[in-house]
Amino acid sequence: MDIVIVGAGECGARAAFALRERGFAGKVTLIGAEPHPPYERPPLSKDGLAGAEPPKYVAAVERYAEAGISVLTDASVASIDRERKAVVLAGGGAIRYDRLLLATGARPRSFPGVSDDARRIRMLRTHADAAAIRSALLPGSKLVIIGGGFIGLELAATARKLGAEVVLIEGLARVLSRGVPEEIAAVVADRHRREGVEILCGVRISEIHEDEGGAAVLLADGGRIAADLVVVGIGAVPNTELAAAAGLALDNGIAVDETLRTSDPDIFAAGDCCSFPLSHYGGRRVRLEAWRNAQDQGTLAAANLLGAAEPITAVPWFWSDQYELTLQIAGIADGAETTVRRELGEDAFILFHLDGNGRLIAASGVGPGNAVARDIRLAEMLIAAGARPDPAALASPDTKLKKLLAA
Amino acid sequence: MSSNWVEVCAAEEIDEEDVIRFDHDGRTFAVYRSPEDEYFATDGLCTHEQIHLADGLVMDDIIECPKHNGRFNYKTGQAKGAPVCVNLRTYPVKVEDGSVFIAIS
Ligand SMILES: Cc1cc2nc3c(=O)[nH]c(=O)nc-3n(C[C@H](O)[C@H](O)[C@H](O)COP(=O)(O)OP(=O)(O)OC[C@H]3O[C@@H](n4cnc5c(N)ncnc54)[C@H](O)[C@@H]3O)c2cc1C
Ligand code: FES
Repeated sequence: MDIVIVGAGECGARAAFALRERGFAGKVTLIGAEPHPPYERPPLSKDGLAGAEPPKYVAAVERYAEAGISVLTDASVASIDRERKAVVLAGGGAIRYDRLLLATGARPRSFPGVSDDARRIRMLRTHADAAAIRSALLPGSKLVIIGGGFIGLELAATARKLGAEVVLIEGLARVLSRGVPEEIAAVVADRHRREGVEILCGVRISEIHEDEGGAAVLLADGGRIAADLVVVGIGAVPNTELAAAAGLALDNGIAVDETLRTSDPDIFAAGDCCSFPLSHYGGRRVRLEAWRNAQDQGTLAAANLLGAAEPITAVPWFWSDQYELTLQIAGIADGAETTVRRELGEDAFILFHLDGNGRLIAASGVGPGNAVARDIRLAEMLIAAGARPDPAALASPDTKLKKLLAA
Repeated sequence: MSSNWVEVCAAEEIDEEDVIRFDHDGRTFAVYRSPEDEYFATDGLCTHEQIHLADGLVMDDIIECPKHNGRFNYKTGQAKGAPVCVNLRTYPVKVEDGSVFIAIS
């Protein structure tokens, strides 16, 4: 059997190794459009922006050869020939598959009217993007970030460390409005303001353009903000073009079932590119852009490419680092009826979100270093177990969450 | 090989199925008490990024890193899969007169 994986990111790489870990002895080909073997993206907006060369690889380069995985870099798949069961490379040539995994990830949403060639208006997804941004972030230079999501905020923190001045513009009333409780977003925003980042919320932008040596952001109210560099961080769109052209079902991403199978039984999809039913949340369809999800689904896809037919059971989990703060979120808080707060010493707390039946559905925490990590991890296990913990116990730092799990 | 036993803490100071951080002579260790009430010690920092494992969660014979959930068997030091691939060093441990000691070579 030949297995082809399109997309050499976190998910594709994990899937390739997991195939071998499960004892698969057939051919494994991992095809990626980028010039590098798979690398980790999270450092790109964090410490990695400040000078990682080469990027932090998902696995040491020699491990692919050791595991008998052929990696094609700088190779873009142009189409899928489902009749012949082959992927066609943009540079010519085709590679046959018996089973195919699409791990094509996502790309940043571009700002309307901004050309991809703009040098002073950038987005952040790849190592090359990070290198270009870093080279423009000289001490005293002015960076304008469009979008108060995770990537924009992490970049703001890193840019301050590098000595750049930072203005962050968010169209909505607050930063991190997607999936992060207001109390936590407020802690994060305050931390940035203390660091001198100017955060402007509820501001509409009419245009961004390059000009002599820099760029300018024109606001709907007539204002103008000049910058040496503008970075747009307004979300990501899944890379679904290949799947769409091949006639696979889409639904806010490549639509897969609970075993990561697409509408073609020989083709699977995993990671940032796919939407899937989330069993812990009544089968509601979601698409996640999260590092651990990419790993978990890569591992699961490997099992299912080999016929295991195992369902997705992982609880969504995400983290972000900004300055000394780490934020971690397990589960999905939408639909919560009750929220209780657990204090974890100085400047650290967790919000537990329960639904109308008292079931724990999410936990969001923020604090310095790893102050919230252990309890968030235990909360994730409580969510997976469908637990209905006593809210008073959750709120009391003296109650060990491990005890609740055993109960 | 000469190793010297260093006192870590009273045995009772580590909860069952838990871990503490122990700093000594510029180095940092993680010292564990298993659910079977045995004691173990490893290097203190995760091999993925330099993160203190003692902030992580102990489950059976696994220590899970607090940062990205990399897992190690703390009894053998073995890395249990992505994102960690480099094992932890382990150190001999003994309990004497109610105190935990580790042998630092
Ligand atoms: C700057 C940044 C910071 C992040 N920080 C965090 C964080 O702190 N915490 C967290 O949980 N998550 C974070 N993430 C998200 C995390 O990195 C992603 O969820 C993860 O990379 C998804 O992995 P993936 O393999 O599904 O997709 P990707 O990593 O996007 O990889 C997909 C790969 O497929 C390639 N590809 C696409 N189409 C084709 C084709 N037709 N032919 C060949 N190759 C193709 C792409 O070039 C790409 O290399 C961050 C992301 C970014 C960009
Ligand atoms: S630092 Fe331990 S898993 Fe990443």
